[in-house]
Amino acid sequence: METVNVTTTEKATAVPVVRKKRKWTADHWLAAAFLAPSVVLIFLFVYGFIGWTGYVSVSNWNSLVPDWSFAGLKNYVYLFHDFRFQADLRNTLVFTVLFIAAVIVLGQLLAILLDQKLRGESLFRNIFFFPMALSFVVTGVVWQWLFNPSTGVNLFLKPLGLDGKWYTDTNILGGFHWGKIEFGVPVAIIAVVVAAVWQMTGFAVAMYLAGLRAIPDEVREAARMDGATEFQLYWKIILPLLRPITVSVIIIMAHISLKIFDLIYAMTGPGANFVTDVPGVYMFETTFRGNYYANGAAIAIVMLLSVAIFIVPYLISSRKGGS
Amino acid sequence: MRKKASAWLALALGVGMALSGCSSSNSSSDNAKQGSQKAGEKLEIFSWWTGAGEEDGLKALIKLFQEKYPDIQVENAAVAGGAGTNAKAVLASRMQGNDPPSTFQVHGGAELNEGWVAAGKMEPLNDLYEKEGWMDKFPKALIDMVSKDGNIYSVPVNIHRGNVLWYNKKIFADNGLKPPKTFDEFFQVADKLKAKGITPLALGDKEPWAATHLFENVLLGTLGTENYKKLWTGELSFNDPQVKQAVETFKKMLGYINEDHSSRNWQDAAQLVAEGKAAMYVMGDWVKGYFVNDLKLKVNEDFGYVPVPNTEGKFMVITDTFGLPKGVKNPDDVKKFLAVLGSVEGQDAFNPLKGSIPARIDADPSKYDEYGKQTMQDFKTAELAPSLAHGSAAPEGFVTKVNQAVNIFVTQKDVKTFIDTLASAAAELKK
Repeated sequence: METVNVTTTEKATAVPVVRKKRKWTADHWLAAAFLAPSVVLIFLFVYGFIGWTGYVSVSNWNSLVPDWSFAGLKNYVYLFHDFRFQADLRNTLVFTVLFIAAVIVLGQLLAILLDQKLRGESLFRNIFFFPMALSFVVTGVVWQWLFNPSTGVNLFLKPLGLDGKWYTDTNILGGFHWGKIEFGVPVAIIAVVVAAVWQMTGFAVAMYLAGLRAIPDEVREAARMDGATEFQLYWKIILPLLRPITVSVIIIMAHISLKIFDLIYAMTGPGANFVTDVPGVYMFETTFRGNYYANGAAIAIVMLLSVAIFIVPYLISSRKGGS
Repeated sequence: MRKKASAWLALALGVGMALSGCSSSNSSSDNAKQGSQKAGEKLEIFSWWTGAGEEDGLKALIKLFQEKYPDIQVENAAVAGGAGTNAKAVLASRMQGNDPPSTFQVHGGAELNEGWVAAGKMEPLNDLYEKEGWMDKFPKALIDMVSKDGNIYSVPVNIHRGNVLWYNKKIFADNGLKPPKTFDEFFQVADKLKAKGITPLALGDKEPWAATHLFENVLLGTLGTENYKKLWTGELSFNDPQVKQAVETFKKMLGYINEDHSSRNWQDAAQLVAEGKAAMYVMGDWVKGYFVNDLKLKVNEDFGYVPVPNTEGKFMVITDTFGLPKGVKNPDDVKKFLAVLGSVEGQDAFNPLKGSIPARIDADPSKYDEYGKQTMQDFKTAELAPSLAHGSAAPEGFVTKVNQAVNIFVTQKDVKTFIDTLASAAAELKK
């Protein structure tokens, strides 16, 4: 107790001096002491291992015996000439675009509908939000049954002549040759997008709803006073005001969809002709089934970079915005 | 002020607890080490046997071992899931970290020899084989599969047969068909069935190895055992005309499969035959366990079996074996376990439950069902061929690449690209 008294009295008199000299006070030391373990652990177990993965990706370790000799970009060159990896890049791109677009459109639509001061709003909010509570593995298994061509929704659609092959369809829409693969929208991936959208839309709804609630009523009233129709009100005023939320939704959804593994693994696997394969699944199989550790590490690094393309500009802009 | 004091106190406590936690765990692990040196290290048996029959088989084996050696503590370290993929990933990291389990499940053939033996991680077991008098109790071709450069590295516990054609008896009887013995007969039968609107051949390649399984059987039927084996040593090129012929046959077969093959796993495909929606199915004899135990079908009443066309007198071997990793602290205990595993008693405790047949040729046939008895007989006389899809013929890296090529081929049916991919992947096979 005595020491504490001393420091506080000192501080009370000498605060300006301490600031100038940037001398660390007990507060600073305390904060640093609390932060140090997590900083050390994050540097070791996140950044350390990212660095290590990067190192493995340029090594020759492609068997059970580690081989640390330097391979240059050999593993990357192999990947980008590989049919499966090219298909994975196509699938990830198509999946990400469709998934994010659907989540944004549906999320805004449902949020606006919920915002109409309905009765039972919380009930609907919960209904939309509940799929979020499930693991992607559960979602994957359920939608695998629903979209199974010999059971599932086809039993309803067959009498109408609308039954599809869903995720077993090997057609590529709008396909043209690109590298070793046919580039376009694989029909099979649409089934996976539906499952992912079903799960994640609730999250977007919650974010947009919060955004809508933050828009003051005066804005709407002013617009109405100026004679804007309801459609104009939303299209020209509300939606532009929600743009920062859309940016957040894109960032969050992009990092989920670029790294997606569990949903695909549980629902479809790589798929015939790799129509539903993604880098995550390829990474897992080539590393742990084929023992191509260096190739697997290279896939992991490509995935990291693809996420970084989205995240880093966001981090930079939010830092600027903050200061 | 008080807040700050309590914060410092919390920090001090936290650090103190962390330190004491470390030290106490150190001391307890020291104790454990001392204790275990007295009582003997735990015998850790690592496998992926967590399914219904196989888990029972493993437990029966462990029970038998504990009756004989009640002093040795046994730990069943089975890792579930992914047809062994999860277990293999765990095993790989433990082996690389020099923390091997006492003994682990590994397929005989390349998975053992080109994997862990080539990595220098296994102890030879020649002395155990001699001591137990096993050299003439296992078929020579099987011992060769678990040997490298004259040393034997593991003990086979069971045998599954890969080249079996399962068929729906009722469909065949109703249409007056006989199970095909050659590829020509297969296509005649298939055409008749197709004309009647019945799917001739079931396939479930949601996991692509199932298609590779069909392809390796066509390869064996087309090339014969000798040439089939030469493919994996690099003595026979994939550009050989016979391989092309096999690929053409495989391609033709793919014209007779169920449309939704990529949404089914091997059990789902077997169901098609069980329900009479498809007539024939090429799959290993774990299907029998699925038919009999899960679907309650009767052998030779509801379903029949013959060797895959053109493979009579040949036996596609899938064998689970256990070996002794280097750096294990209790090698003598492990050898005691391996001795039980390789004994007639051990094999007859495990295999009837797992639904496989014993790897020894002198086991007691009366403990096995009709299918088992006949397969044991075939196993003694047939030419043994290692399975590619199940890791016996070639290293896992090559198998992964073949699975990928097959997965593309099933959709694209491009013979030239397929053979080119196989040939370039084969460059990594040892000559």
